[in-house]
Amino acid sequence: MHLSPDEIIYWQHGVVKLNATIVFTWVLMILLTVGSKLITRKLTTDYQRSRWQNLLEILISGMVDQIKEIGLRQPEKYIGFLGTIFLFVGTAALCTIIPGYEPPTGSLSTTLALALCVFVAVPLFGIEDQGLRGYLKTYTEPTVIMLPFNLISEVSRTLALAVRLFGNMMSGSMIIAILLSITPYLFPVVMTLLGLLTGMVQAYIFTVLAAVYIMAATRAEKDPTAISN
Amino acid sequence: MLIDWFTVCAQALNFLVLVWLLRKFLYQPVMQAIDGREKRIAAELADADAKRTAAQAARDEFERKNTSFDQERTSLMAKAATDAEELRKKLQQDVANEATERRAKWRESLVTEQQTLKETLIEKTRDEVFAISRKTLADLADSTLEASIAHVLVKRMKDLGAAEKSILKTALETDASPIVRSAFELPNTEQAAIQNAFRETFSNNLTLRFEVAPDLISGIEITTEGQKIAWSIDGYLTTLEQSVDALMKPAAGAAA
Repeated sequence: MHLSPDEIIYWQHGVVKLNATIVFTWVLMILLTVGSKLITRKLTTDYQRSRWQNLLEILISGMVDQIKEIGLRQPEKYIGFLGTIFLFVGTAALCTIIPGYEPPTGSLSTTLALALCVFVAVPLFGIEDQGLRGYLKTYTEPTVIMLPFNLISEVSRTLALAVRLFGNMMSGSMIIAILLSITPYLFPVVMTLLGLLTGMVQAYIFTVLAAVYIMAATRAEKDPTAISN
Repeated sequence: MLIDWFTVCAQALNFLVLVWLLRKFLYQPVMQAIDGREKRIAAELADADAKRTAAQAARDEFERKNTSFDQERTSLMAKAATDAEELRKKLQQDVANEATERRAKWRESLVTEQQTLKETLIEKTRDEVFAISRKTLADLADSTLEASIAHVLVKRMKDLGAAEKSILKTALETDASPIVRSAFELPNTEQAAIQNAFRETFSNNLTLRFEVAPDLISGIEITTEGQKIAWSIDGYLTTLEQSVDALMKPAAGAAA
């Protein structure tokens, strides 16, 4: 039993290795890109459109609305980053129903990589929005005394983000693996269904938290109704 | 070790590549399609709004014109009614005038007709009277009408009163040739008889001039300086005319 798909190594040369995490990530990337390309090939602005286009529009409009509800003023600017997080994590969770599949999000390396991307993206978006000085000033709010706590919070929430997703995805895969060896057939199926739900919820939580961090780093943080961690 | 730093770096890179790929192949096309549709809907709504505004304006214009047309029609109808009333009165007046005029003309023509009839009657009567007299005289006394008339004139001269003779004598003193006018050519015998009777009556040697005057209506007269001795059928005819007038008047009154 592997705790992480990182342990399944197909090829290695020094530190460079090709493990299940990277391979399944590539598979998901190809799936998403080819699928997008196929669906968007015949996009139309007419009132009559294909069902796939309709599904895509609903999905993307839903994400845009969600980002807007969180408090970000220009959802189109963040849809590329936040939407990709949701689609990647969500697709990784959905594919768990395929036998032999190992979700890349079940690897702490992947979730840490995603969390690091958020960790880097948040200040970038913050600086872009209110300038370097304005962004740095947010660390001294409400007082300068809060500066170390704000810095700790910045690092800890990134770790929390990574570990939360990893823990949920890894535990789901582990539970199903354990249950398969104890009570095959019915029970693992139910747990797989539960795992699908958990996976989608985790995708949503990861995306929303990333959006909230970006929102906090931009001027929209002043909104008192904004969601906080 | 749960964290493999190579995998972390690779996954971070993979994620960034995926962000780029999805942005290029998914978000941009779909967002563009949504935006395009929204713009199209907005344009169509704006177009519909503009058309509705135009339709509203057209309806307002139509209603305004309709109201104006109604008012114009009402005023025209009123004017037409007034004009018709005026025309009716004028025509009525014209007809009344024409009727009056025609009645006057008819009366005039009736009078003329009566006059003509009367004249014709007189002429016919005179002719008939002469014809009857001539025939009667010829049958009974072996005499012509002209001779009888001349005889009447001679008799009248002889029957003149003293006053009348005196007046005529005074008149004859200034007139050298008194005139005898008759409606017909007097035969020489009658002319001589008249000449003799004249000289005997007035005791002078004046010579009479004999003239034919058809307007005397079967009569004879001797005129001199405003005085005359005459006889004609005219007197009888005047009486006849009066009788005819008396007969015609009731008929004319009934016709009027």
